[in-house]
Amino acid sequence: MPKDGGIGASSKRREDIRFLTGEGNYTDDINLRGQAYVFFLRSDIAHGTINSIDTSAAEGMPGVVKVFTAADFEGVGSIPCGWQVTDKHGEVMQEPAHPVLASGKVRHVGEPMAAVVAETLEQARDAAEAIEVDISELPAVVDMKNALKPDAPKVHDDLKSNLCYDWGFVEENKAAVEDAFQKAAHVTTLELRNNRLVANPMEPRVAVGDFARGTGDHTLYTTSQNPHVIRLLMGAFVLGIPEHKLRVVAPDVGGGFGTKIFHYQEEAFVTFAAKACNRPIKWTSSRTEAFMSDAHGRDHVTTIQLALDAENNFTALRTDTHANMGAYLSTFAPSVPTWLHGTLMAGNYRTPLIYVNVKAVFTNTVPVDAYRGAGRPEATFQLERVIDKAAIELGVDAVALRRQNFITEFPYATPVAVEYDTGDYVATMDKLTEIADLAGFDARRKESEARGKLRGLGVNCYIEACGIAPSKLVGQLGARAGLFESATVRVNATGGLVVMTGSHSHGQGHETSFAQVVASMIGIDENMIEIVHGDTANTPMGMGTYGSRSIAVGGSAMVRATEKIIAKAKKIASHLLEASESDIELKDGAFSVAGTDKSVAWGDVTLAAYVPHNYPLDDIEPGLEETAFYDPSNFTYPSGAYACEVEVDRDTGQVTIERFAAADDFGNIINPMIVSGQVHGGIAQGIGQALLENCAYDENGQLLSASYMDYAMPRAYDMPFFNVDHSCQTPCTHNPLGVKGCGEAGAIGSPPAVVGAVVDALRSAGKDVTHIDMPLSPSRVWAAMQ
Amino acid sequence: MYNFDFVRPTTVDEAVKALGDEEAQALGGGQTLIPTLKQRLASPSKLVSLTGIADMQGVSKSGDSVVIGGGTTHRVVAEEAAGAYPGLAALAGRIGDPAVRNRGTIGGSLANNDPSACYPAAALGSGATIVTNTREIAADDYFQGMFTTALEEGEIITEVRFPIPKKSHYAKIAQPASRFPLVAVFVAQYSDGVRVAVTGASNNGVFRWSEAEAALSDNFATDALDGLTLPSDDMIGDLHGTAQYRAHLVGVMTKRAVAAAS
Amino acid sequence: MTQVSMTVNGKQASGDVEGRTLLVQFLRDAQGLTGSHVGCDTSQCGACVVHVDGQAVKACTMLALEAEGAQVSTIEGQANADGSLNVIQQAFQDHHGLQCGFCTPGMVMSAAALLKDNPKPTEADVRDYLEGNICRCTGYHNIVKAILAASGQDVSAIAAE
Ligand SMILES: Cc1cc2nc3c(=O)[nH]c(=O)nc-3n(C[C@H](O)[C@H](O)[C@H](O)COP(=O)(O)OP(=O)(O)OC[C@H]3O[C@@H](n4cnc5c(N)ncnc54)[C@H](O)[C@@H]3O)c2cc1C
Ligand code: FES
Ligand code: FES
Repeated sequence: MPKDGGIGASSKRREDIRFLTGEGNYTDDINLRGQAYVFFLRSDIAHGTINSIDTSAAEGMPGVVKVFTAADFEGVGSIPCGWQVTDKHGEVMQEPAHPVLASGKVRHVGEPMAAVVAETLEQARDAAEAIEVDISELPAVVDMKNALKPDAPKVHDDLKSNLCYDWGFVEENKAAVEDAFQKAAHVTTLELRNNRLVANPMEPRVAVGDFARGTGDHTLYTTSQNPHVIRLLMGAFVLGIPEHKLRVVAPDVGGGFGTKIFHYQEEAFVTFAAKACNRPIKWTSSRTEAFMSDAHGRDHVTTIQLALDAENNFTALRTDTHANMGAYLSTFAPSVPTWLHGTLMAGNYRTPLIYVNVKAVFTNTVPVDAYRGAGRPEATFQLERVIDKAAIELGVDAVALRRQNFITEFPYATPVAVEYDTGDYVATMDKLTEIADLAGFDARRKESEARGKLRGLGVNCYIEACGIAPSKLVGQLGARAGLFESATVRVNATGGLVVMTGSHSHGQGHETSFAQVVASMIGIDENMIEIVHGDTANTPMGMGTYGSRSIAVGGSAMVRATEKIIAKAKKIASHLLEASESDIELKDGAFSVAGTDKSVAWGDVTLAAYVPHNYPLDDIEPGLEETAFYDPSNFTYPSGAYACEVEVDRDTGQVTIERFAAADDFGNIINPMIVSGQVHGGIAQGIGQALLENCAYDENGQLLSASYMDYAMPRAYDMPFFNVDHSCQTPCTHNPLGVKGCGEAGAIGSPPAVVGAVVDALRSAGKDVTHIDMPLSPSRVWAAMQ
Repeated sequence: MYNFDFVRPTTVDEAVKALGDEEAQALGGGQTLIPTLKQRLASPSKLVSLTGIADMQGVSKSGDSVVIGGGTTHRVVAEEAAGAYPGLAALAGRIGDPAVRNRGTIGGSLANNDPSACYPAAALGSGATIVTNTREIAADDYFQGMFTTALEEGEIITEVRFPIPKKSHYAKIAQPASRFPLVAVFVAQYSDGVRVAVTGASNNGVFRWSEAEAALSDNFATDALDGLTLPSDDMIGDLHGTAQYRAHLVGVMTKRAVAAAS
Repeated sequence: MTQVSMTVNGKQASGDVEGRTLLVQFLRDAQGLTGSHVGCDTSQCGACVVHVDGQAVKACTMLALEAEGAQVSTIEGQANADGSLNVIQQAFQDHHGLQCGFCTPGMVMSAAALLKDNPKPTEADVRDYLEGNICRCTGYHNIVKAILAASGQDVSAIAAE
C-alpha cells in the first residue's frame, strides 16, 4: 500500500541527498591537521619464522616519523576474539594470540610485520621497501583436511594442533540420528564446498587515530559497523584505554557486509601510534591490501546426509563440516560455523533428528569471519542442495518434496535448539509459484532450446535467524558480549526529535526508516526527526549493525524509548489539559482528552517540558529525553522461497541468469522500497557467490585472487531485473514492531537456486549431474558437461 | 607509485628526443601503465605523454587500408572506423569499459602486448603494419610472445595500417573478473585468404591458427572447421579456465566469428 | 613539483603537483572535492569516474598533469544551480539507486556520459555501459531503473519498489 509517510511508506531516503552530491563524509574524507600516514609492510609469504627485522635504513629515509615492529607493542594486548566455543568433549576452543604486528612468525600472506609512519603515504611506502626482513619460510597449511593430519605443520606452535574446535550439535541426539539412518528407506549424501569469498564493500577500510595530549583523549575514526564494539574490544583488551578516554567514530561507511564488524590490527595501530608520535595517523587500505587483510567469508567443506522414510518424509539429517578459520580468530569467527549455522539446519522442514559436526581449522590464510548471512547461507546451501539431490534420486518433484516436509505449525521447536515463532512456508512457496510463473517454465525452456540454449529452473526455500540476539542465550553459547541494542530519544523544546541509536547504518537507510517509525508513533512528520548514529560520543552504548538486527533490535530499543517519551508527554499533557492521565490520547501529533474536544499540540507539550512554568514539577522532572535498551527474547525467523532460471551455453558453459524471483516473509515492513533494495543487493551477492566469486589460494598459501583482475565481482550485465515480493507477512511475535529483518535474506536464499537451475539445465540435456561446486564458472560448467 | 618527471610533447620528434633519456617511458592512455606504476612494478624516471601529439591522433582511409594514429583512443576507433572496417571498430568498442576506452590507445595496447589483449588479435588477424618513428613492422614479425614485441627501447608506434578485409568479426568470451578476453578470436577474410588470430589462450601470446586459416580459405563456413582442434599444451591454464577449456574455446570462438562475419 | 591548472566544475583550479599525482588525488586532496572516491587500485571499480572535456574517465587512472587546461566536472558540480538534484540524481533518489553511496558519484557520472551519447538507452545498453562501475550494495536493479527513468522512459513495468 503506498502511503505518504510513517511505517509502511516507501519514503525517499534523506541520506541520498548528500551521497548524490558528493557531500558524504566517509572516513577517507577526514583529514586532521598535522596528520601523518602509515604504510604496513605485509608478509608476502604464507608461513615463516621472522629471524630479524632491520629498520635502521628505513628510519633515515625522507619524511619518516617512526618505524614500528612487534617490539614496540610489548605490553599491548592481543586482538581479541569475541566468542568462545566449547567443543563436543566439553573443552574450550584453542585460541591463539593475535598480535598487532607479527611477532616471531608470519602466518598468512598480508599479515603486517612492520609499519612506517611518514609525512606522506609514498614516503612511508618508500621507507617500507628499505626495511630488511629476514624470514625462514616454513611449509604452509592451506587445505583444511591436510591441516588436521598429525604431521601437518602447525600454524601456531603453542597450540596442540591446527584444530580450533571439534563441535558436535546436538551431541545428545547423535545416537538417535545414527539409529534413524540405519532405519531409513533412502539416504542421500552430498559433498560440497561453500566457496571462500571476500566481502568487498566498495569503500576499503580506513582508520584515522588522533590523540590529544592536553586531555589524554583518544579518537579513532574508522570504517566500522559497530563503533561501540570497537571501543570496547580495542580499549579494554588491546590498548588498555578506558571508554571515557576513547571516542570511536564511524561516519558514513561505504558498505560493510560483515567484514567491517571486526576489530582489526590497523585500528589499534593508528590509535596507539597517534599517541606514540603525538600526531594524527591515517591508514587507507588499498583494494589490494583489502584482499589480504579484510576478514574473508564462508569456506566450508561439508558432507551432508539426509535420511528419508518410504513416504519421503525427512527422518534425520547429519552433516560433517570443516570450517576454515584462517590463521587467527577474527572477532566472531568461532560463532559462524557453530551457532549461526548448526542451529539453522532444520531449515523450513520437520526433520526430527539432526546432528551437526563442525571442525574449525587453522590454516595459513587470511582469517575468516562473518560475511552477509554468516553461517546461515552455508546451512541453507547444504540443506537445499541435498534436498534437490534427494528429489533427483527419488525421481520426485523437488518442490513437492519440500512442501511435503514443511513445518506448518508455529511456534515450532526444532531439534537444533531454536524455536521459530512464526512463519508460513506454504504461503511464500505459493507466492513464489505465482510471481515466478513456475507454470510457464516449460514453455520458456522450449523457447530457449529453440535458440540452442539449455534452460534450467532452481527453486528453494530458506530460513534464517536474525535479530541477533538474546544476550542470555548467546552468553550460554559462548558470546563474550551482550547483543542488546540502545536508543536515546531527545525531544527538543520546539517539538523536533533526535534519536541517537546504537545501531549503525552503512547503506541500509536507518536515517530514513528509523524516522518513519517514530513519526508513526507520535503522528508527526518524518522530517521532524533526526537519526544520529556512529559516534560513541553522542550515542548510547550499542552493539551496531549485523545479523539483520537493526530494525528488530535497534528499532525495538527506539520504540521503547519513544514509548517512554510518549508516557511522559502524556503526563505533561494531562497537566496542561487538566484531565486525568488515563484519558489522554495521542493522535496525529496532538494530545486530546477522550470524549472531549480539548486538545494540546505536540509542540506545546514539548515546549512545556523545557519551559516548565505551568508544569507538574512535583511529579516529574522537566525535559523530555529517554533512553532504552532492548534485549530480544528470541531470534526472528525471516523465511522465503526463491526461484532462479538460467540459460546455459552448451559450447562455452556460460551461464546467464534469465529470471530471478524471491518471495520473502519479513514480518511487518517499515519501508518497502528499502526492503526491496536490501533483497536485490543480497541476491546479487548470492548470484556472485554462485557464478563468479572465488577467493583462491595455491598450495603455498599465495592468494591467487588478490585483485579485481582475478576476483570476479558481479557487474550490471551479470544481473537481470529481480522480481521480489514481501507481501507474505507473519509478524514476529516478540518484538514491538513485529519485524524480522531483511538484510541477509537475499544472500542466503539465492545460491542454491542458481546452482539448482544450472544442474537442472544440464540434466535437461541428459547430463548425469547432481551438483557442481561454486562458483559455476564457464570453465567448470563446461567441464561438468564433458 | 615512484615519482617521475612528466613531459607532454606536441610532436613525435620531441617525444622521441624525450624518450632518449635513460629510463624514460612513453605514456599512452595510461590504462595499463598507471595501474602498473601503482603497484610499483615499474620505475621510470620520466613519463613522456603522447596524448598531446596531434599527428598521432585519428582514423583515416588510405587506399585499401584504414590508418589509425598510434595515440588514437579505443573510443575514437570504435566510432570512426565503423564505416571502413566494422570488425575492427566493434573490437575497439568492446575493450574494457567506456572510461577505459576514452583514454586507452591502440599504440599502448600493441606496445604492451598483453596475452589477453584485444588489439593484437586485430593487428595479427588483419596482417596490419605497425608504423613507428623509425620503421614499418609487419604484424607477423611484431608480436614475439607475451608482453614482448619487436619494438626497440624508446620506439614509438605512430600509426597502424589495417588492410580492410571483405568480412571480419571478433568473437570474445570474457574472463569473469578482469573481463579481458578469456579467449577471443579475430577472423578476417581477404581476397587472398583468411586470417585467424587468437588471443587470451596461449602462453606465447597472440597467435595465428594456421589450420583454421587453411580450412577457411578453402571454404569460409563454420563447417569447414569441423574436426579441427588445437593441442592444449601451450594454452594458459589458470583460476579461470584450464588449458583444455581454452583450447576448446578457440574452436568455438572461431566458429562464432565466422558465423557472424560481415 | 609542477604547477597544474584546469577548470573544475566551472571554476579555475590550480596547484603544485608531482608527476605521479593522480587526477583523483588532486581533486580530493588539493581541491577538497572528496565526492570522487577510490575503490580499487586496478582501474576497475569506477568509484572515481569524472568527466574530462566531456568524456567519462577514471580519475584514478589519469595523471593530474594530463588534465592541464582541461574542463573537469565532478559529482560536486552536478546539482542544479539552486542546489536541487539534477534529473539523474533525482532519479537515483526516486528509484533507490543507491545504498551506501560509495559507488554513487561514479555511477551518476557514468550515467550522465551514457545519456549524453545515447539519450534513450535500452536496459542492455545501460547494463553494458556500467561494465566499469561496480556496486556491491544494490544488485544494480535500481541503478539501471533509475538511469532508464532519467532518460525519460517509463519504468513502471519494472518490478515494484
Ligand atoms: C578496467 C580495464 C579493462 C580493460 N579491458 C581490456 C580488454 O578487454 N581488452 C584489452 O585489449 N585491453 C583492455 N584493457 C587495457 C586497455 O586497452 C589499455 O588501454 C591498453 O592495454 C594500453 O593502452 P594505453 O594507451 O592505455 O597505454 P599505456 O598504459 O599508457 O601504456 C602501455 C604500455 O605501452 C607503452 N606505450 C604507450 N603508447 C605507446 C606508443 N604509442 N608507442 C610505443 N609504446 C607505447 C607504454 O610505455 C607502456 O609500456 C583494459 C584496461 C582496464 C583498466
Ligand atoms: S578507483 Fe577504482 S576505477 Fe578508479
Ligand atoms: S551503493 Fe554501495 S556500492 Fe553502490
